[in-house]
Amino acid sequence: MAKPAKVLLNVPAIKADFPILQRTVRDKRLVYLDSAATSQKPKQVIDATSDFYSRYNANVHRAIYELGEESTREYEGAREKVAAFIQAKSAMEIVFTKSTTESINVVAYGYGLKGKIEKGDEILGTVMEHHSNHVPWHFVKDHKGAVLKYVDVNDDGTLKMEQYDALLTNRTKIVTVTLCSNVLGTINPVKEIAKRAHEVGAICVVDAAQAAPHMPIDVQSLDADFLAFSGHKMLGPTGIGVLYGKPDLLEATEPLLGGGEMIREVHLGWAKWNDVPYKFEGGTPNIAGAIGLGVAVDYLTTIGMDAVRGHEMEVTEYALEKLARLKGVQTYGPRDVTKRAGVVSFTIDGAHPHDIASILDVEGICVRSGHHCAQPLMERFNLPATARASFYVYNDLDDVDALVAGIKKVQEVFA
Amino acid sequence: MPDLRELYQDTILDHSKRPRNFREIADASATAVGHNPLCGDRVTVYLRLDDGTIADVSFVGQGCAISKASASLMTDAVKGKSKSEAHGLFERFHKMVTARPGDPVDTSLGKLAVLSGVCEFPVRVKCASLAWHTLEAALERKQETVSLE
Ligand SMILES: Cc1ncc(COP(=O)(O)O)c(C=O)c1O
Repeated sequence: MAKPAKVLLNVPAIKADFPILQRTVRDKRLVYLDSAATSQKPKQVIDATSDFYSRYNANVHRAIYELGEESTREYEGAREKVAAFIQAKSAMEIVFTKSTTESINVVAYGYGLKGKIEKGDEILGTVMEHHSNHVPWHFVKDHKGAVLKYVDVNDDGTLKMEQYDALLTNRTKIVTVTLCSNVLGTINPVKEIAKRAHEVGAICVVDAAQAAPHMPIDVQSLDADFLAFSGHKMLGPTGIGVLYGKPDLLEATEPLLGGGEMIREVHLGWAKWNDVPYKFEGGTPNIAGAIGLGVAVDYLTTIGMDAVRGHEMEVTEYALEKLARLKGVQTYGPRDVTKRAGVVSFTIDGAHPHDIASILDVEGICVRSGHHCAQPLMERFNLPATARASFYVYNDLDDVDALVAGIKKVQEVFA
Repeated sequence: MPDLRELYQDTILDHSKRPRNFREIADASATAVGHNPLCGDRVTVYLRLDDGTIADVSFVGQGCAISKASASLMTDAVKGKSKSEAHGLFERFHKMVTARPGDPVDTSLGKLAVLSGVCEFPVRVKCASLAWHTLEAALERKQETVSLE
């Protein structure tokens, strides 16, 4: 079949920026299809972090000397870049954390557990959340007596919006939802979800771990109250994450970590906290990580997030089409690529996902297998596990072809 | 370079597609449940002990080809053995699947040796040993679920 004629990114040029993509695995070309777990890093990001350590390593804030000024400038510069990347009004709405997981925990702890949530208040999630958007809310239930409710998904992987409306009441205080599912690829109508949440006086917390790397995000247009994502899934280093929050809500949220950096003054027995966002950044932050994330944002912005999204839609369309032609292969999630991202979970009749991943591994193809940290969703679909391929800017149609050839090999083994 | 055929030999594929002793034992003297949360694999091992000897052994559950084949081969291998013989077999089996690739395979393992290729794939060792850990728990009559993380 002819490959789609639509313009894709210049993948060979992009690939050349990623040192790891030059290596082989088990003597085969590396075909990396696990960016939903973590993305690879371009040399620009790798160089930026090593540059920090080799040229201007110093702790941020309060240093009187030149090095400290440089590191602070770069660290705060990264905050500006992240703010612009998601259309925040100000860099002061950007908190650096270590990950999406930490960001959601900051909200669940500081706004839920230590904040306004009271016994009987309802927190509304969905069955398609990643564990990191489930478990922190369990804490609020366990310690505050909050009631947790969940919106189910349709068989095509979309949310049951009419059920959402039914579950949303004036007892609902928090709605928490993923912008993009890490198993189904579903892109949820978060703008609409937030709007309806606001109508009953609830806030909307958005897990953008799978969205921020792959599509343009505008927190103002979404009207998200909090939004979380991870640097390592968007070409940045591990150990750096982002929590966006509306200023008044960040004010109303208590810090998770007490210590240096997050205080204005400390006395024996009490302290005054620093301003937002610094009150959430107790201790020496991941300076190199933040700087690396800033450069990852530059890299993505240079390509253009619309182009990233367009490219991934093409690759995903091609993959879904190719997989649909394979007998005995099932894919999950919406078929329409305008409603989904480049995360493709699949199963093969007669082959366990673990065996699929092992056989593909021998072909140099990295896919994930298992429950993808979404056990409630797997239970909903009555699946013990799936294999999952996910695409990014450095994947092209050849990678999809390699996957298809690998799947045929799996089917040969288990024929 | 690890060979796929080594990991997915005909014997392994055969045992995974048509597992032996894949049934419950109604009058079992012990059972245990093993769970590998990483991949969702779950196995229940049934035992009928007769004077310290494994008179009958079986399993049910779901899992990958490696874990199913390993469970199936295990039930064949330990039937008629004493507790301590079964334990010794597990020790040698475990040594084989965690050996360095190329190490000589313990010939006393008989048919179990078809799983020696697993040592080329360290992430699959848990798949190959889940049924064995579960058997151990049943032999020791531990009630809790064995969980391999
Ligand atoms: C949808 C979603 N949310 C949250 C996370 C957690 O991200 P992290 O492990 O970086 O905290 C992930 C990562 O797998 C994810 O896919």
